[in-house]
Amino acid sequence: MLRKLIDLLTSLKLTIACLAAAIVLIFAGTIAQVHLGIYEAQQRYFQSLFVWWPPEGRGFRIPIFPGGHLIGAILLINLVAAHAKRFRLVWRKLGIHLTHAGLIIMLAGGLFTDLFAVESHMRLSGGDTKNYSESPRLMELAVIDTSDPELDQVTAIPETVLRQSRTIEHPSLPFRINIRNFFQNSRLHMLGEAGSTARPIANQGPGAQIAVEAAPRVTGMDDRDVMSVAIEIVPIEFVSGRAAPPLGTWLVSDALGAPQTFSCAGRTWQIALRPARYYKPYSVTLQKFTHERYPGTEIPKDFSSRVTLVDPERSVNRDVLIYMNHPLRYRGETFYQAGFEKDDRTTILQVVRNPTFIAPYIACIVVAAGLLVQFGYHLIGFSRRRRTALA
Amino acid sequence: MKRFFPMLVFVGALLWVTSSWLPQKTPSSEVNLTGFGKIPVLVGGRVKPLDTVARNSLLILQGRQRVSTPEISEPFVSSPTEWLLDVCFRPEKADTYPTFAIDNTELLSLLGKNDDDLSINYTSTPKKILAVFGFLPSRHRRFAFRDLAPYLRTIDEQGDQSDKLQSVQRSAYQNAVVNLRNALVLYQRLKNSVQPEGTENFVAELDAFDNALPEAAKAARQREAGGTFDQAKLNRVVELLQRYQRIAEAAYVLAVPSAKPSEWHSIGENLVESVAAGKIDPIVKLYAQIGDAYRANNRSLFSQQVDLLAGALAKEQPTAAKRTSFEFFFNQVDPFTHSMVLYVLAFLLACGSWLGWNRPLNRAAFYLLFLALAVHTFGLVSRMYLQERPPVTNLYSSAIFIGWGAVIVSLILERIFRDGIGAACAGAIGFITLIIAHHLAGSGDTLEMLQAVLDTNIWLATHVVAITTGYSAMFLAGMLATIYIVRGVFTRSLKKETADSLTRMTYGVVCFATLFSFVGTVLGGIWADQSWGRFWGWDPKENGAVLIVLWCAIILHARWGGFIRQRGLMIMAIFGNVITSFSWFGVNMLGVGLHSYGFMEKAFPWLVGFIISQLALMGVAAMPLERWRSFRTFPSAPRGKDKLNFVPPGLPVETTSE
Repeated sequence: MLRKLIDLLTSLKLTIACLAAAIVLIFAGTIAQVHLGIYEAQQRYFQSLFVWWPPEGRGFRIPIFPGGHLIGAILLINLVAAHAKRFRLVWRKLGIHLTHAGLIIMLAGGLFTDLFAVESHMRLSGGDTKNYSESPRLMELAVIDTSDPELDQVTAIPETVLRQSRTIEHPSLPFRINIRNFFQNSRLHMLGEAGSTARPIANQGPGAQIAVEAAPRVTGMDDRDVMSVAIEIVPIEFVSGRAAPPLGTWLVSDALGAPQTFSCAGRTWQIALRPARYYKPYSVTLQKFTHERYPGTEIPKDFSSRVTLVDPERSVNRDVLIYMNHPLRYRGETFYQAGFEKDDRTTILQVVRNPTFIAPYIACIVVAAGLLVQFGYHLIGFSRRRRTALA
Repeated sequence: MKRFFPMLVFVGALLWVTSSWLPQKTPSSEVNLTGFGKIPVLVGGRVKPLDTVARNSLLILQGRQRVSTPEISEPFVSSPTEWLLDVCFRPEKADTYPTFAIDNTELLSLLGKNDDDLSINYTSTPKKILAVFGFLPSRHRRFAFRDLAPYLRTIDEQGDQSDKLQSVQRSAYQNAVVNLRNALVLYQRLKNSVQPEGTENFVAELDAFDNALPEAAKAARQREAGGTFDQAKLNRVVELLQRYQRIAEAAYVLAVPSAKPSEWHSIGENLVESVAAGKIDPIVKLYAQIGDAYRANNRSLFSQQVDLLAGALAKEQPTAAKRTSFEFFFNQVDPFTHSMVLYVLAFLLACGSWLGWNRPLNRAAFYLLFLALAVHTFGLVSRMYLQERPPVTNLYSSAIFIGWGAVIVSLILERIFRDGIGAACAGAIGFITLIIAHHLAGSGDTLEMLQAVLDTNIWLATHVVAITTGYSAMFLAGMLATIYIVRGVFTRSLKKETADSLTRMTYGVVCFATLFSFVGTVLGGIWADQSWGRFWGWDPKENGAVLIVLWCAIILHARWGGFIRQRGLMIMAIFGNVITSFSWFGVNMLGVGLHSYGFMEKAFPWLVGFIISQLALMGVAAMPLERWRSFRTFPSAPRGKDKLNFVPPGLPVETTSE
């Protein structure tokens, strides 16, 4: 039994089957990007163990094809097992060993990147200083205690918790938050606009004047869902721990910019739904963003951001120019010039933390060397035989 | 004859190629079009000769550089430059040339054209017969500005509506309307690039403007100071200024260099700015002289002024003038069309060599290919010089480069095997890729400026070149397999030795493709890591590249494992064509992703047709071997265990036994 399993795991047929499955998966995933958008297709086809049908929310679903993670993992096991079983140190096989060692590094690196890399954005207008970057997709509900004039106390509730829970309590909050309505993507209308008969889902703040309509999820590369949530604030009595009558229901949304204020337990609170933030022990200030075009055209020639990097911990205070193909790497994070907004006044920097970014570099060199050795070996053998055949 | 035939073919071809290289002297009785065509201007962010502007504009408007109509064999103008001169200086004449291509039937009916208006009535009987069989067009598809003029408002409205959608969302009609509107806008901008449309005597107008300038400036100063001033003098200049402001906004061509080397101004802009300078730039005056001389048909004055303008620009912009002069030469020589013809001839000769008279035909094919490759290389290197870039910067240049790479590898194969197979592949792939390039050139300037993210010669020279070399090799492997199957199934010429050497070639080329595709793909990942912050983003173009790598890996492992032999290898190599064409063109048609600088729509039916043809070929190859004409007479059946099973050296021996 074990023998059979080992035979299967080390067989060349399994390798070919995995490669063929990968081709089918990548082709299907690429076509699916047209309708789902790159991000969603990536989640369903490539960063999953299985491709499911129907995709979600129908009560039942069946796996119809192995997903990227499964194929990658089997291929990795197959590679390692086959080489462990057959490894022999002979010159003739050096190329094959190198090639496959490189592939192992690459596959493992890819898996690590998928699991641990974090991508976020930093938007800066002229003169802005920020010590955090923001998630391009994930939102958070920020609950801010502004009573202390010196220091804001922020409690951030991640999107996944908002989506899955009905009630949220946290030791730092003297109230309970009930999730009344949750919209992954939505459109907001002022009440009475275009004769809509819709009712508001909130009764406090600007949300009391706004009707919310659910919208299908966006698919475009640069589009974002407009998430909206109606939350009810229920104070908890400090001594008894019992719930008091609710303060009311607020609408928080990606489309409502400014935080909303209320008081509870003698303190002033602000709430806002905003892109999830990643705080950093250093800050970045935009000095100047430049966007050059080719003369007489709209074709961009170059984008660049001159920023000041300040890190008191490491006693760093210097100017850096970030531009296309020339990122800034600092404390495990890399800042790329990703885009711009608002008539070139705002720069968008992509911030990436990827601990295994070096893996593909090593893998590429190892595999290329392996392929060269292997095919060179064939070529020399071939021409030698040909020469003897001709002679 | 056998000895001299190849040499004769070579010399003939060489004479034909070089005939276009000799400088063409303009007889004094003709208009000096060459001189005007060489004048440098700035369009689309790049300094180029007016000849290129004329050619590219015609390509955008009507998909070809010739201005003619099917009924009349003589073209309306002798060269694109002459067309441009007419557009600028004799617009009433240019308006009658059929230079707007419209194919969409819904759009045609909107413009009041029905089948009767469109059908072409040839007067000569042979032409009528040719038209019936489709060798001559039977319908008009190009229209003059004059025909479209009554519908300008409709076209503009329809274009505005369609423009709100992204191009992938538009229907064929909507795309056609947008294209037509853009073509009309371009045409109007060209008309107003040098002088306001319809100006009869621009020199006199400019002189008047020049003379009125000091007086008007004085009047303006007086007005600012609050004193009395001559309103009439001011008004005359203001009127003209408004006129120049309009052409400054419309101008397509930036014709006047400024003090900064990369900054050019249009003639309109320059005239508006001349108020501050107090005088008109001499280059503007020269253009006005040229226009008036052209209108007056004064050939000697035209030549003289063109020479003066060329001299003045060469003094101000020496490097640009040198480059544009070379580009003009490059346009004249038209290297890719020449090598395209040579490739076809070589392909036919090589195929002929398998039927008989083997040695001389094969030789001749090889010589022709050598010449074709030399001309092709000249074109490729010239483009690199003109653009100061590595060879591949857009879809057009990728086609040029894929052909070039495949031809070189094929010629190496031909040197080794000397059996005409490499030559036939070189001819076929060289021809097909150049035809593809020719059709990709329809969107205008093929030396366009690069988007900011591509502005890095290191990655263009490594990643892009490696990937396209991988494409070359994949197509070459597919071509070799096609030769194997066609010769094996339909002819008796596939002998055992030929079959064996074809197998070796295909295998070797697949190995080569694997190496380059893999390295290219990973380099692309590293570039992405450098510029976007992620090594791999599942972008369609990236997926296309990795599909090729995976397919190569499958072919090689299946071969090494003994799961496929000759025929299996050939069938898989042909499917490699399908995957490569999807990766080269197909992913661009999806309309998603970051590699969105090479989108195109018209090629879709061609891609589908190609894929179907390849699948059909695979079906043919899958027929039982008894049906293959070559193998019916094969004494030792190729299904015999190891007869044809070529096992390359250095393989993991134990896997072959599985």
